[in-house]
Amino acid sequence: MAGYFEAVPGGGAAIALDTVETSILRSLAVQLLELIGPGDEPVEGADPLAALFAEGPSEAPADPALARLFPEAYVDPRSEPDAEARAASAEFRRFTENDLRTRKREDALSVVRNLDALASAAGDGEPGLVLKLTPEESRRWLGTLNDLRLTIASRLDITEEDESEELYRLPDEDPRKPMVMAYLWLGGMQETLVETLMP
Amino acid sequence: MADVGPFVRRPLCGGSMGRVSVAPVEIERPESAEETFLVPEPDTPWVTLVHNDPVNLMSYVSYVFQTYFGYSKEKAKKLMLDVHHKGRAVVSAGSREEMERDVQAMHGYGLWATLSQDRT
Repeated sequence: MAGYFEAVPGGGAAIALDTVETSILRSLAVQLLELIGPGDEPVEGADPLAALFAEGPSEAPADPALARLFPEAYVDPRSEPDAEARAASAEFRRFTENDLRTRKREDALSVVRNLDALASAAGDGEPGLVLKLTPEESRRWLGTLNDLRLTIASRLDITEEDESEELYRLPDEDPRKPMVMAYLWLGGMQETLVETLMP
Repeated sequence: MADVGPFVRRPLCGGSMGRVSVAPVEIERPESAEETFLVPEPDTPWVTLVHNDPVNLMSYVSYVFQTYFGYSKEKAKKLMLDVHHKGRAVVSAGSREEMERDVQAMHGYGLWATLSQDRT
């Protein structure tokens, strides 16, 4: 089952990961955390309740990857956005984006924790290990794998399906090659993880 | 594969683009009868649209429709194929508040969703 998830009898999923794969995954998850940004934890001494009512941003992120992770809710991509759609999107963003960021951050943190636990269980001399996830952890992994693929696709500028076909055939010396390999690898992991969760 | 470069680089531009004015905007009122007809009634239902993108896996999109909306395997697959082939699909309909909830959930799953008033 190298590199792919398999369902575990009784619920959950398992995947065999070697130490290199574990460290690549961890590095990607940490980068995603950096991209999403720190949480809005209340400053020491501040009223913790205030954070609950803090309003989020109203403008779409300038970074295209973040703009894809946090889309404009009222702007139909097929028509020119009017002032009304922009204002409604800003309002929606103000009340939802912080929660969404928190959720994505918690999912990625959960992935990092699973990987760290795996790495410390490895000790030395163990080349490969099996990571076992509960159904809840599987859902968090699924979200993070999807966020990672959306982000990498944005960085690779994959906007059409046939463009991704083209990327599959990149020559080895192309500087995008390692990122494309990671993108495809994450896709295989996500595909097999979805299968284990299908109702 | 060990050498995956960083992807967190942000483009070098300030936060000045895409600034949205929330000041009241004068909206031109349509003059002709035909255009007036297109203005939706206040009680027109709202819909949640999911848009196609080249990244989300077909199996994942089906999984989301089954898990979040509780749709059958067949219905979820049909909607997923509509998104894939037609570029978009209406995945739910209801009040504006309900559709905002659905759009928020879709964004949580990483799907590209918007809501709009059903003008069909």
